[in-house]
Amino acid sequence: MSQYMPRTKKASLVLEDGTVFAGEQFGAPRPVAGEVVFTTGMTGYPQFLTDPSFRGQIIVSTYPLMGNYGVPVRRTDRFGLPDGFESGGIQARALVVSDLCGQPSHYASSQSLGSWFEEENVPGIADIDTRALTKHLRAHGVMKGKILVDGCPDVAFGQGEESNPAAAASCDSAILYRGGEKGFSATEWKPRQGPGSADSGMDSRADSWEARTARSGASARPRILLVDCGVKANIIRSLLVRGADVLRVPWNRELVDIACDGIVVGNGPGDPKSCGKTIASLRKVLEGKTPVFGICLGNQLLALAAGADTYKLPYGHRSQNQPCREAKTERCYITSQNHGYAVREDSLPQGWEPWFVNANDGTIEGIRSADGRHSAVQFHPEGCPGPRDTEFLLDRFLAMAKGDRT
Amino acid sequence: MKIPEKILVLGSGGLKIGQAGEFDYSGSQALKALREEGIRTVLINPNIATIQTSRGMADSTYFLPVTPDFVEKVIEKEKPDGILLSFGGQTALNCGISLNRSGVLAKYGVRVLGTPVEAIETTEDRELFAAMLAKIGARTPRSKAATSTQEALEAAVEVGYPVMVRAAYALGGAGSGLCADAAELEARCTKAFSATPQVLVEEWLGGWKEIEYEVVRDSAGNCVSVCNMENLDPLGIHTGESIVVAPSQTLDDTEYQMLRRVSIDVISHLGIVGECNIQFALDPESDEYRIIEVNARLSRSSALASKATGYPLAYVAAKLALGKPLYAIKNCITRTTVSCFEPALDYCVVKIPCWDLAKFKNVDRNIGSEMKSVGEVMSIGRTFEEALQKAIRMAGTGAPGLVADDAFIGPGEKKLKEALLRPTDRRIFAVYKALAEGWSIDRIHDLTRIDRWFLGKMAIILSCEKELSKIDKSEAPGCELLREAKRLGFSDTRIAALTGSTEAGVRALRERFGIKPAVKQIDTLAAEYPAKTNYLFMTYGGTEDDIAPSGHGVMVLGSGAYRIGSSVEFDWCCVNAVAAARALGEYTIMVNCNPETVSTDYDICDRLYFEELSLERVLDIYERERPGGLILSMGGQTPNNLAMRLYEAGALIFGTPPKKIDMAEDRHKFSALLDRMGIEQPAWRELTDQTAAKAFAAEVGYPVLIRPSYVLSGAAMNVAWDDASLERFLGLAVEVSSEHPVVISKFMEDTKEIEIDAVARKGEILHHAITEHVENAGVHSGDATVVLPAQRLYIETIRKVRKTAAMIARALEITGPFNIQFLAKNNRISVIECNLRASRSFPFCSKISGVNMIDLATRAMLNREVRKSAVSSLDLEWVGVKAPQFSFSRLHGADPVPGVEMASTGEVGCIGTDLDDAFLKAFLSVGYRIPRKGVLLSTGPLRDKLDFLEEARKLEAMGLALYASRGTAEFLSAAGVEVRPLYWPLERKEPNIATLLKAREFDLVINIPKNNREGELKNDYLIRRMAVDFGIPLITDIKVARQFTEALEYEREKGLEIKSWEEYLQA
Repeated sequence: MSQYMPRTKKASLVLEDGTVFAGEQFGAPRPVAGEVVFTTGMTGYPQFLTDPSFRGQIIVSTYPLMGNYGVPVRRTDRFGLPDGFESGGIQARALVVSDLCGQPSHYASSQSLGSWFEEENVPGIADIDTRALTKHLRAHGVMKGKILVDGCPDVAFGQGEESNPAAAASCDSAILYRGGEKGFSATEWKPRQGPGSADSGMDSRADSWEARTARSGASARPRILLVDCGVKANIIRSLLVRGADVLRVPWNRELVDIACDGIVVGNGPGDPKSCGKTIASLRKVLEGKTPVFGICLGNQLLALAAGADTYKLPYGHRSQNQPCREAKTERCYITSQNHGYAVREDSLPQGWEPWFVNANDGTIEGIRSADGRHSAVQFHPEGCPGPRDTEFLLDRFLAMAKGDRT
Repeated sequence: MKIPEKILVLGSGGLKIGQAGEFDYSGSQALKALREEGIRTVLINPNIATIQTSRGMADSTYFLPVTPDFVEKVIEKEKPDGILLSFGGQTALNCGISLNRSGVLAKYGVRVLGTPVEAIETTEDRELFAAMLAKIGARTPRSKAATSTQEALEAAVEVGYPVMVRAAYALGGAGSGLCADAAELEARCTKAFSATPQVLVEEWLGGWKEIEYEVVRDSAGNCVSVCNMENLDPLGIHTGESIVVAPSQTLDDTEYQMLRRVSIDVISHLGIVGECNIQFALDPESDEYRIIEVNARLSRSSALASKATGYPLAYVAAKLALGKPLYAIKNCITRTTVSCFEPALDYCVVKIPCWDLAKFKNVDRNIGSEMKSVGEVMSIGRTFEEALQKAIRMAGTGAPGLVADDAFIGPGEKKLKEALLRPTDRRIFAVYKALAEGWSIDRIHDLTRIDRWFLGKMAIILSCEKELSKIDKSEAPGCELLREAKRLGFSDTRIAALTGSTEAGVRALRERFGIKPAVKQIDTLAAEYPAKTNYLFMTYGGTEDDIAPSGHGVMVLGSGAYRIGSSVEFDWCCVNAVAAARALGEYTIMVNCNPETVSTDYDICDRLYFEELSLERVLDIYERERPGGLILSMGGQTPNNLAMRLYEAGALIFGTPPKKIDMAEDRHKFSALLDRMGIEQPAWRELTDQTAAKAFAAEVGYPVLIRPSYVLSGAAMNVAWDDASLERFLGLAVEVSSEHPVVISKFMEDTKEIEIDAVARKGEILHHAITEHVENAGVHSGDATVVLPAQRLYIETIRKVRKTAAMIARALEITGPFNIQFLAKNNRISVIECNLRASRSFPFCSKISGVNMIDLATRAMLNREVRKSAVSSLDLEWVGVKAPQFSFSRLHGADPVPGVEMASTGEVGCIGTDLDDAFLKAFLSVGYRIPRKGVLLSTGPLRDKLDFLEEARKLEAMGLALYASRGTAEFLSAAGVEVRPLYWPLERKEPNIATLLKAREFDLVINIPKNNREGELKNDYLIRRMAVDFGIPLITDIKVARQFTEALEYEREKGLEIKSWEEYLQA
């Protein structure tokens, strides 16, 4: 039985330009600072809150009713990946909502959104006119902000800001996800040390990444090298369920020295230009013929590696309803997006072309090389949250990767 | 694809339960969308009160039945090269399928635009449909189709009881229901097969969540899911009977995306081009789902989804039918983005159905898998609690929000449990009451299967109510609590009642604390893009207004929920008032809360407030917008009732001065006025006790008409024929006291009823239309068959009507629309009612006479130039007949006989050069058929038998077999008419009326009640009810029966005219 409890602890969201929104505190009662961004998705808060692309950001939910179906039990799926979440914990710095639900109802729920925030020591603020706030951000662009809690000390704008959040969100060492008759495993992967290891790196395990090259064939599982700048669990899962083995490597890992059938450059937080090392290693990859597919930040990194430029959008695309036209076709897809930067169209070098274009604002939503071997999309074909109408792009990419090997 | 040059659009006919105003919205949007493309349009829709059948919508408008034979004749004449079937509900769809099957469309080269007929047929045939879904791996309930009761019984054994029986090709689930055992199944099937050739026996999924998706697809294969909705009432209650929220509230992303994906797979596989509604059952304990239904057309839900999201589904569907891709259609709300997207809502929408069950005798109040509601309202808020309480108030039951009031459920724990288990139209109050009595959420959930999330939200409302009640009555609530109460949707009136204050007191307190609602836009993209939208709502879940006040203009109040007596005709008036004001260069602000309406469309006015029509909210808007003034006379009684209070609150009201409105509304004042002017009226008295009532009845003589002044949800007017019935009716009125008196008046028999609809300016009549009823007085004017111009009135009567109307107009200084009802007998007329607002018949009179009376009225009210109409509605070269559309087949048990309480849910109006022509077309439009086999006669009292003798001979001459109840048969035989006598149903002897009714030996039943007395013979009731249940046309009024027979004769000799409205007017 619920009780009407007049909430007592006040908190406020202070924006860099001096605008203040007063509300009620929930989650961890501590002040934080971060870039304030808004997302318009109506479902999927356990997913977007744990999406590393949101790392360090204060998220404003435009949908006013948050926490309705609670937070699912923490568990991992058969691949060892978090189930119902996109990473091990809340990545957002804080959450701003209008109406927080204290009594969730769902068979899979284990706790309320508020108690999850407490548990993860992340603050939130409720009873905010999130529409007014969103309009402010839309008009003035995303900006720095901070959440202050009554009775807690002030913090500086930009406190806790990371110069390269992608690096922080990335895995520290390579992880190999592979399937076999007995199921799946995820293990730490180390290439054999020594010179000339580019093509023959080998560790001590019997069924190593490289060993599989030897018995490669049409029936064998394609080996996908996944560049992790803060990759979402469902990107990994989407590759695994399609029968790929996935070697997830840190953002700064050299790529050309690892044999593979295809490379996926995943999503991640921050300015793509902070990932210089990734761009450098991708440049080498692009010289070759290995199929490459970028998603979100991966799209920007591929563009930068190809010689194009990126820029910061005034308030980004964070939503599950972005229409993207596929060039040279009559198709337009509804996509899930979460990005603050975009590829500058007029900067695309020769040999590259826009692949998808946003039907609403005309921004670049995907690029590809003339031969189609290197391509990337700004949206998330794997959804989570949001629609997966473009999942077939992963099928196409894996088919290309597989085809290459035979 | 070649774009057609001329497109035929089929409408849905008279409003009925399961098919109402939403199709005026969809048809109107379609016509506008086609007009934009420069395509010529032809519309067939006998519903004369609709906006779609107005000037400037279609190029040619036919007020004809939407049936294959009439449509074929129009096709033959107009030669369209394309046809749209998905904008006129099930009626248009069925008609289109039939025309396609019979080869008519192919014969005339008419291409079906949008979704192919094959796809529609697949969705309509449940077996084909299940097979198709199985092919793409979509789950459907275990089910078997049956074409006979025997087959259904066998299927049920296979599926396992309890089973759900659904009728194929039926409106709003007619004939569907849950059957616990073979006996129930048998009863249900017998009835269902009267309306459908096939039923489906299905796995019972009671308690599962019911979720709907609205999906659109273009010819290139691009799909978007525009909206999803969740029913608060779990599966088992028809979605039209459920409280619905948008977007879904208790689905996580996985579930949401799973169902969305299936929806898109289904629409793609079917090859739908346009809009499609998909209903799912979702297991609350797992991710199991079933597809329950697919509607390959615009539906009630799609109208709701359009209003809930701002996405104009019907407009877009029409463009898609022309082969346009989604991305090439602009987003009409933002005007900067495209229609290929899925709206992101930043608010919560609640729809509540509106029933009007109190209007029917014997009706079953339980709700279930069939629709009984006659309308709906939609509210928008930034908390669910706010939206729910707003919607409850909008529904117009008198409830001030959620209340645990015994008046709504009745006292006692047993009764409460029953009310939770067996849902009625008032279950939401039972749930709240259970919470108030301390029942746990789990216990309520177990009984109702309503998701705990909704129950939890209701519990929050209750907690706040308790906090408010705790306040010492000598003190006012604090700022914090008041703010919270407003955030949770409590009205000022409710807060006042809980805290011992007044509405004005709470308002003043709010003003002092600075607690006021914020104005928010519905922009389809949750503020992501700047929007030029004028679509607004008010909420306490926000602090900032999206838009600045307009500071000028005309504010028009709409009619609210459609219900019996107030329906699409008032929406027509509102839309036309707004159009007239706009044409005069005024800035227009519309307020309404009904998602079925055209007045709430995005392009009708300059600003639309989708809001409550309460004093509090209207003042909120008025104070914010500061318009030049208000128009209250277009939306029927709901806005009219606010006149005095708005006036007292300082609002400026256009048109007739509110004091004069009050003079017409207040029975005493009005009566005194008539007396002063020497205008006759039936004797009446306001009485406060039974003895005085009886004395008055004795004085004027029975029968008398009784109107209680205080009744719960729905009026209860009745005619008493003697002391016994008078006593009984007075007992029905909840309370008779000095505070709540009853009004008793002399009920006049054998009297004609005449109405005048007119427009005046400063007391001078500018234009008028005098109509006569075919039926005698005693049939509510909304249920009467109305003729314009009046054909059978004495010139002297007409002169008196005009003169009286002119006197009243002058005395009340009327500026704007008004309506007066008269009784006439032997050239003596008396006034029975006067409304200083547009009446139900304004669209009919305007369209038949060719003079837009609302346009005139608006000009007069805004004090603009307006001339006296040159056209007299008496001298027309054609006749218009308005006929009522009843929905008795949906209201189990209700006695299908019109009386002093209105019972019809809609109307049609047809035109002909002759009265018989127009009359027959109108009756065919509301479901009557030309009899070809046999007619059952039981013509009541001797006088009626005599009256009908000549017509009986005519029927015989037409070669129809005549059957009659004993008395009628004896009478007719004696007069030389060949007739077969039958036994009464209760006599249980053959040949029996009941047996032949079931065997459908009759295709017309004429049953005239002996008199209008309560306690009418059970046999007569059974005949009428069976006629309705077996879908046999029924006539219960002797004058209508005579006119119908005459019209049949006319049709045999001359056939019926196929002429468009525009052709008549040009002549």
